[in-house]
Amino acid sequence: MAKSRIDVRTVFLVAYLVFSILPIYWMVNMSFKTNDEILGVFSLWPRRFTWANYATIFTDVSWYSGYINSMIYVAMNTVMSIAVALPAAYAFSRYRFLGDKHVFFWLLTNRMTPPAIFLLPFFQLYTTLGLMDTHVAVALAHLVFNVPLAVWILEGFMSGVPREIDETAYIDGYSFPRFFLTIFVPLIKAGIGVTAFFCFMFSWVELLMARTLTSVNAKPIVATMTRTVSAAGMDWGTLAAAGVLTILPGAIVIWFVRHYIAKGFAMGRV
Amino acid sequence: MKPVNHKAWLLILPVVVCVAFSAILPLMTVVNYSVQDIISPERRVFVGTEWFKMVMRDGELHDALLRQITFSIAVLVVEVPLGIMLALSMPPSGWKASAVLVLLAMSLLIPWNVVGTIWQIFGRTDIGLFGAALARLGFDYNYTGSATDAWLTVLLMDVWHWTSLVALLCYAGLRAIPNAYYQAAQIDGASRFAVFRYIELPKLRGVLMIAVLLRFMDSFMIYTEPFVLTGGGPGNSTTFLSQYLTQKAVGQFDVGPAAAFSLIYFLIILLMCFILYNWMQRVGTSDASTPPNG
Repeated sequence: MAKSRIDVRTVFLVAYLVFSILPIYWMVNMSFKTNDEILGVFSLWPRRFTWANYATIFTDVSWYSGYINSMIYVAMNTVMSIAVALPAAYAFSRYRFLGDKHVFFWLLTNRMTPPAIFLLPFFQLYTTLGLMDTHVAVALAHLVFNVPLAVWILEGFMSGVPREIDETAYIDGYSFPRFFLTIFVPLIKAGIGVTAFFCFMFSWVELLMARTLTSVNAKPIVATMTRTVSAAGMDWGTLAAAGVLTILPGAIVIWFVRHYIAKGFAMGRV
Repeated sequence: MKPVNHKAWLLILPVVVCVAFSAILPLMTVVNYSVQDIISPERRVFVGTEWFKMVMRDGELHDALLRQITFSIAVLVVEVPLGIMLALSMPPSGWKASAVLVLLAMSLLIPWNVVGTIWQIFGRTDIGLFGAALARLGFDYNYTGSATDAWLTVLLMDVWHWTSLVALLCYAGLRAIPNAYYQAAQIDGASRFAVFRYIELPKLRGVLMIAVLLRFMDSFMIYTEPFVLTGGGPGNSTTFLSQYLTQKAVGQFDVGPAAAFSLIYFLIILLMCFILYNWMQRVGTSDASTPPNG
């Protein structure tokens, strides 16, 4: 009985994994084919293996600068989100104060606001501030949805740390900043890892705002891709290669935080 | 109980300033637009609730809203149970667990327009594996021509894209359950279902709340993926709210109505999330009375 159940579960899991990998595999497969082969022959693997699509991307500045721009604003956004969210999450997890519940829900509402709503005002705001087409603009815009999430996740982790630790540290004469940075932050390393993962993820994948707030100098890869699709007709091979390259940074980040995810980010919440 | 300390406001001040700058300021601009008719930068007329009335009577908007609600419900109905089942099927530790986690998380880190692109390719009957396979099996599948096929493809794409998030959150929640609970259940001779119903499900409340809220909000603002995959078509069959709004705001540049629509859209999401949030809190507290210290 127990044996057969495990088998059913494994079959289910493997089936889902296949379903989740196949579309990605298909894109990888296409990225190594020439356009003639993509449109001409239907094959499960590249018959005439080619690196040409990747070569196009790595030699054309309008392609590879997109990756660099995306990396810059995603990194800026992740650092900013965590830096402002850490003290706030601590406040929410440790104290009650005037309007705490309302502020918390208000923060969450920003995570719920459709980016489409902010398009026009953001455009005007950043034009007025002279921030259009800079990495900072995108990083700031992405704070809208990443900060609330960061506060939410970090608060959960912090609530899992016993309050006695804080009290002991204060009795031992630690000042708040010293306690926070040298004792508390290392304790919730896992939480910071998970939060960074989510901030990275949501900033990396966002298209609408990133595209609206940039034109040339800070143009992200996701925007470069849409532009090229419409301009050059359907260059399936290069498009597939560009897509594969957008997945890579994410895959690397996952690899680093996999233990943290496994340790359970719900510690405090459940 | 947590101590009361109003100085904690100092700690949340940076967040409030940050979010106020990027949310309240823009939102006020939207409010400003929604009550004016802006003919040119110099000429603007106060029109009161005119735009709101117009938007409320917009038949196309009603259709888009209905499509949106149907889609979001379908997303939750499919993804949440599937995610829980996946989490329950995952190996608890070891290299297999790591491998499964990494594979699952892959789809989450793909930029949304690339997700659209992947499925655009994958679903084509001439060059895509999925489309070709369906065609080979004798289905008359065509996501650019048939409204039903397009809708189902968008749903399947969303399931593919986001079920992992639910699964990862639940998996993390499951790992946080102490072994003692399972041992106690074993001593009591609890069935597998009872273990799930009375131990795992209540303990998953927190993460499930995050998962349901995130999935609801995000599916309710879905834009990029259907935009790339179907462009909202055929007809209007996959034009969801965000896309309709963007068409209005950027395409036709109807700033006033678009702003009024934005506010209504925002309020709908707010209301639904508020209901969901409170409902799940309540469900959670009534369940939590079952296990000790729950």
